[in-house]
Amino acid sequence: MSKSITAKDLNVYYGDFLAVQEVNINIAPRSVTAFIGPSGCGKTTLLRSLNRMHEVLPGARVEGQLLLDDDNIYGPGVDPVTVRSMVGMVFQRPNPFPTMSIRENVLAGYKLNGSRMSKSQADDIVEDALRGANLWNEVKDRLGKPGSGLSGGQQQRLCIARTVAVKPEVILMDEPCSALDPISTLAIEDLISELQQEYTIAIVTHNMQQAARVSQKTAFFNIAGTGKPGKLIEYADTSTIFNNPSNQQTERYVSGQFG
Amino acid sequence: MTQTQQQPTLAVVDGTAEPPRQQAREPSPLLRPASLAQNRVPWWTSLVVLAIAAVLGAALSALISFNLALWLVLTAVLYLVISYCVTRVKVNRRQATDKMWANLVYLAFVIALLPLVSVIWSVTSTGIPGLLESGFLASDMQGVDGTTDQRSQEEGEPVLGGIRHALVGSLLITLTATSISVPIGLMTSIYLVEYARGGTLSRAITLFVDVMTGIPSIVAGLFGAAAMAWFLGVGNSLGLPVPTRSTMGITAAIALSVLMIPVVVRTTEEMLRVVPNELREASYALGVRKWRTILKVVIPTAISGIAAGVTLAIARVIGETAPILVTAGFVVSNNWNLFQGWMTALPVYIFRQFQNPTSPNFSDPSHQRAWAAALVLIIIVMGLNLTARLIATIFAPKKTGR
Repeated sequence: MSKSITAKDLNVYYGDFLAVQEVNINIAPRSVTAFIGPSGCGKTTLLRSLNRMHEVLPGARVEGQLLLDDDNIYGPGVDPVTVRSMVGMVFQRPNPFPTMSIRENVLAGYKLNGSRMSKSQADDIVEDALRGANLWNEVKDRLGKPGSGLSGGQQQRLCIARTVAVKPEVILMDEPCSALDPISTLAIEDLISELQQEYTIAIVTHNMQQAARVSQKTAFFNIAGTGKPGKLIEYADTSTIFNNPSNQQTERYVSGQFG
Repeated sequence: MTQTQQQPTLAVVDGTAEPPRQQAREPSPLLRPASLAQNRVPWWTSLVVLAIAAVLGAALSALISFNLALWLVLTAVLYLVISYCVTRVKVNRRQATDKMWANLVYLAFVIALLPLVSVIWSVTSTGIPGLLESGFLASDMQGVDGTTDQRSQEEGEPVLGGIRHALVGSLLITLTATSISVPIGLMTSIYLVEYARGGTLSRAITLFVDVMTGIPSIVAGLFGAAAMAWFLGVGNSLGLPVPTRSTMGITAAIALSVLMIPVVVRTTEEMLRVVPNELREASYALGVRKWRTILKVVIPTAISGIAAGVTLAIARVIGETAPILVTAGFVVSNNWNLFQGWMTALPVYIFRQFQNPTSPNFSDPSHQRAWAAALVLIIIVMGLNLTARLIATIFAPKKTGR
């Protein structure tokens, strides 16, 4: 289960504004790919276009081809809702549903879609997902309590459990650790390494050590100036990007000499 | 902070044209008192000043001619002045100005509260005897005429008659108006918040809702009556079994819903807008359709505010008199049927009892009934407000659970 994602000449627009220009990238299944680059260079925009969350904003649109294995995500007649159920997403700020308990949050993908299941089935899904997110031992005695009562790191793992519970092919993470302390960050990073065995993962991060720690491949994006589109500058193995980048911009960015 | 930097500050605070150079050497006692506890007056100062002001005010008003209102006004003015002077002398000018403005704010608060307290007091004290009359809530006005009222007033017999029919009418009309307005209002606000992307239609809706908010209630009543008359005319010409007269409970409910819909749209729109976008996106990212997201994430998150808003809208229309008078009329007996015959609501009952007493020459029993009905109406509105708060607390998303 885990599929690859391939972008071919992908342009992402906000109305008339071209935000990301001509991205060609191939994300292999069962791997972690990190998107790095300065703020405003279109990492998050590109990530959100990978599961058609981009078009939730008014006027946002995409040109070019984006393939999930062999299916075009932006093909005619493709239902964005189906795409999103196959390509899950974890957001920058932990956002458990405040009206739901921990258990209901994990089951949200099923419950919100109105699917019925027996209690034992639901229990299995909850336990699997929470174990998968390394949260089971911390919350197993209070599954009925509100999800918003957890700490920030636990909430983020709850959000990951919620995403994992619907068994997506790909998981997108938009700076999942930027609101967390180092300990919680470590927990999430360990989790990412485990999830990689089953899922294709793309992660946006501003933390270059994090990119180096968790990812096999790294994509560096940059922007020529305000109002110009972001571009994919270099895409290679993480060790190459950090130790021996071929592009001078990449070298300046990863060595901290940027700007 | 160096002393040279202090100099301009001092001039600003003090506001006087003293020669600045002389004080430049040492910190002014205004800015830096010798001890930390200096420049404070004891906490009971205000109470003492208030007592002095009260005594002086009583003395002064006794000089003119003592009455309660004059005494209170003089006390307030004296308190303001004495309090300012005491602080000015004992502390400093800045604190005195602060004290004066604080006192003015308190005074404004008390003045704003006076009418409310006064209304509650007068309605309660005047309304209690009528409310305690046996059968006031359980009987209607059937069989109550000038002779029974005359006997009550002249021979001290118990006041007959009650508000059962008015309670039933108010309840039915308001509930029907609510069940018309809430779906329409809620769906309008869902369109405005979730679907409209700032287009012409949404701007037009917002404009019309704003205009509707300002419609005088009597106009809404006339609209309800005219709309129902037209509707019945069409029904009659088609040979449908519809009532011939448009004066009935449902007409009043329609008129009230014209007043209620804009309130519901406005409050629920605000509540839906404050639901964080992150929650919608989290739901979308799980592969949930938009309408399910709205139904199961957005509305449950906002439900406390929505319920509170609806309750306040009900409280707003339950006291309407004019639109009900012109649409549902006025009767003395109980009517449970919204679609046939006239109906009485509480405000209309109060109006009729006061304006056209059952016995024109012996109006005391009618006035007693009117005041008691007013008390019941106030209790209902207050109850609704409390219910709104209760609902908001109960449905609010749970904050903790650690």
